[in-house]
Parts: sequence; structure tokens; C-alpha cells
Amino acid sequence: MVKALRDFFLITGKISQFAGRYFREVLFPPYEFQEFLKQCYYIGNKSLGLVGTTGFIMGVVLTLQSRPTLIEFGAESWMPSMVGISIVREIGPVITALICAGKIGSGIGAELASMKVTEQIDAMEVSGTNPFKYLVITRVTATTIMIPILTILADVISLLGSAAVESLKGGVTFQLYFRQVFEYLQFGDFNPSFIKSFFFGFTIGIIGCYKGYTSTKGTEGVGRTANQAVVISSMLVFILDFLAVLVTDIFYDL
Amino acid sequence: MATVVNHNESTVIEIENLHKAFGGNKVLKGFNLTLQAGETLAVMGKSGSGKSVLIKCIIGLENIDRGKLMVLNHEVPQLNRKQLDELRTDIGFQFQGSALYDSMTVRENLEFPLRRHPDKLGTDYHPDKLVNEALDDVGLLHAIDMMPSELSGGMKKRIALARTLIMRPKIILYDEPTSGLDPITGKEISALINAIQERYHTAAIVITHDLACARMTSNRMIILHDGKNYAEATYHELAQVDDPNVKAFFT
Repeated sequence: MVKALRDFFLITGKISQFAGRYFREVLFPPYEFQEFLKQCYYIGNKSLGLVGTTGFIMGVVLTLQSRPTLIEFGAESWMPSMVGISIVREIGPVITALICAGKIGSGIGAELASMKVTEQIDAMEVSGTNPFKYLVITRVTATTIMIPILTILADVISLLGSAAVESLKGGVTFQLYFRQVFEYLQFGDFNPSFIKSFFFGFTIGIIGCYKGYTSTKGTEGVGRTANQAVVISSMLVFILDFLAVLVTDIFYDL
Repeated sequence: MATVVNHNESTVIEIENLHKAFGGNKVLKGFNLTLQAGETLAVMGKSGSGKSVLIKCIIGLENIDRGKLMVLNHEVPQLNRKQLDELRTDIGFQFQGSALYDSMTVRENLEFPLRRHPDKLGTDYHPDKLVNEALDDVGLLHAIDMMPSELSGGMKKRIALARTLIMRPKIILYDEPTSGLDPITGKEISALINAIQERYHTAAIVITHDLACARMTSNRMIILHDGKNYAEATYHELAQVDDPNVKAFFT
């Protein structure tokens, strides 16, 4: 128990140090713009299909599941606002972050761990390039920027899925559906969830990079790193979400 | 055998009483070395004797615990990040496993060291020309657009060598350049090291287990044993030494 607690504080300290190094180095040249754009492409474009599909299914399922209960209470007209608020406030950012933790976090962890094992990170170092700037700064910045964008897309696709169900089952037009959504949706719903998705993105990037960059134990460590990157970043997404809800409650009186 | 440290103007690496430990495991315990410009020195030793650690200390990948470590008149442990990066452009390092960047083509692998230090090559800075020249030097111009996964072990070693050459280094550090290769390809790599040395007049340290490679490439050899210089002489002189720890390498 004591050892587990000590290990927990030790790894928390090391990750904080790693994140601190990110903030110390991110603003100072040289800047690796090309690699940053490449990572934005990989993280954004390559995850769009998965995030979009999941988002669409999320919207469809949420609407299908909620519909009978709302009909029972004669409140089916609340469907757009209920689904809209649920998706924008909570489901969209959290599900997108979890998908990205699985896809992007593990990918970054495994890639950097394999580079570490095969001495590619050392090769960058000896060629006079700062590997932290080239590998870590670019990836963490890309996840921090791309995950909020993916979240917005997931929200929109989710609402489209929900609107499609309402259109087929309840004869509600898309125009009416979205008018209802935006009538009840306020900036107080959107802003906190948009802001927290930046934190989710940063966390996923920093954990993936930390685990990969500090990987040990050879090729065996590569698989372990990918696994740990997903587990730790998923857990942190939930913890951050909990904290974000507490903070939002102070400012917006949920 | 004692090692004599002679410093003169052509000395490019000077190491005195170098100590390095990992936790309680003392790897280097007072190692000495001098390398003159244009000279090729082979360092031989058993696995785990600290040969690779030695060259990683030279290029600043590992910090030393104690001792003097001068490279091209710079005291390596005293250099800050920027100064170390500058110094590294004068040192080529060939990794044991080649360490080519998997996600880049051969061309991009070779261009990578150039991008941050275009000033170093002054008016010679023409990336395409430099890449073509380096690949031509190692006889692999046709592999320019290939990915590392498409290359054989020997080809990877050659490309890695081309990547070290592209910055026109004054010193090249080879970490087991022939390991994992068949004897014929190993001999080709050794011949290539000689050809590069003749063409560019670089100084080199070759860390190796391969006696044939050490014989072909080196002017002088050091046998590293128990973290110290155990013997130092030319290949032919060492071959005559009647000492079990030296003979072990020659039988």
C-alpha cells in the first residue's frame, strides 16, 4: 500500500516535470512547424472517421433510448434540447477524448517507445536536433488543438444522427430540430465543454509522449507503454471531467 | 600495458581518468584515450565492458561522473545544450542498429541532420547535392526513395553511414559497425570505413567485437578490460602479446 502510494506520487511528479518541460520549451525556437502540421493531419484527419462514426451512433442511440420515456410523459418536444445539452455538455467531449486516448494516445506511446528502443531518439539528439521539440512539443500541441476540433465535429455529427431519428420516427424536420436545439443551448453549455476538451487533448498528448519517451525494457516495453498510455490518459480524462464539472458549477450554476 | 596520453595540436579527443557508473555498476574506472586527427582507433572489449558507454560519453549522450573529456578542444561536460548541439555537427555517430528513422524515406533520413544546421556547410549547402553525394559514397544512390523497412541490414548500415557523412564530420564514432552482418558484408563495411577515412580524412573510433574489422580499419587498438585500458598498440603488436586477456581476442 505504502509502495503503491509512493509510486503514484513518484509518477505524478515525473509527469508534472515532463509537462513543465513542455511549457518551458514550447514558446522558444526552433519551431518544428512542418512536423506539427503533419501531426495535426495524422491526429485530426485520421481520427475523423472513427470519431464521426461513434458520434453518429451516439446521437442515434441516445435519441432511440430516450424517446419511449419522453413519449410516456408527453415530453417528446423536449428531445432536441435534452439531446443537444447532453451531447454538447458531456457526451461529446468525453467520448471523443476516450476514443482519442485509445487511438492517438496509444499510437504516440508506441511510436515514441519504439523510437527509443531502436535508438532513433538518440540519433536525433546526436544530429544536433532537440528530440523533445521535434517529437514531444509537436505531438502534444497537435493533440491539444485537434481534440477540441474533433469534439465539435463529433457534437455536430451526433446531433445530425439524433435529428435523423427524430425525422424518421417523429416526422420532425431537420430545421425544426436544430431550431429547438439552439433555442435551449447556451454559451454556458458550450464554453466549459469546449475549454475542457483542450485539457483532455493536452493530457492525452502528454501522457502518450511521457510513456513513450521514457520507455524502457526493450520491445516488451513498447506494448506495455501503449497500454499504460491508454489506461492513464482515460482515467485522467474522467478525473479532469469531474473537476471541470465542479468548476463549471461555480461559474454557471448548473 | 600503460597508456601514454600525448596532447598536441592534432589531438581531436582527449580522455583522462574517465569514470562512469550506473547506480552501483561501475562501467568505466579511469579510462584514458587520445585520438589524433585522421587516425582510426579500434576499441575492443567483452560485452558489457563499457565500449558503447564510452562513445556515448564522448558525444554527450551520457554524462560522465569524473575525469577529463575534451573533444575538438571543448570540455564536453561543461557545454550547454546549444554548444553541445554545435559540437555534435562535427561528430558523426553510427549506431549499432543503424537507428534510421522508420517513418522517413532514405532521402528524408539524410536531410534530417541538415535542416537545423544549414550554416555549418556554408556555401556548400545544397541538400539535394549533399544527399546524392553521400549516397554515392556508400554506393546506394538507387535507394534514395526507399523506406528503411525495405532495406537489408547491410544497406541500413551504409545508409546510416551516409547520414553521418552528410554533415562532413571531423570525427566519426562507429558502434559495432559490422554486428549482425555476414562476414562478406562485414568486410565490405570495413572497406567502406577505410574509403571514407581516405576521402574525408576524418578521425574515427571503431567500437567492435569483430577482429577482422579492427584489423582492416584501425591504426591503433585499445583493449578495454574492467573499465580501464588493458592494452594499447597496433594490431600486429597486440597479436604478439602473450597475455590471456589479449590473446582471447586473437584466437
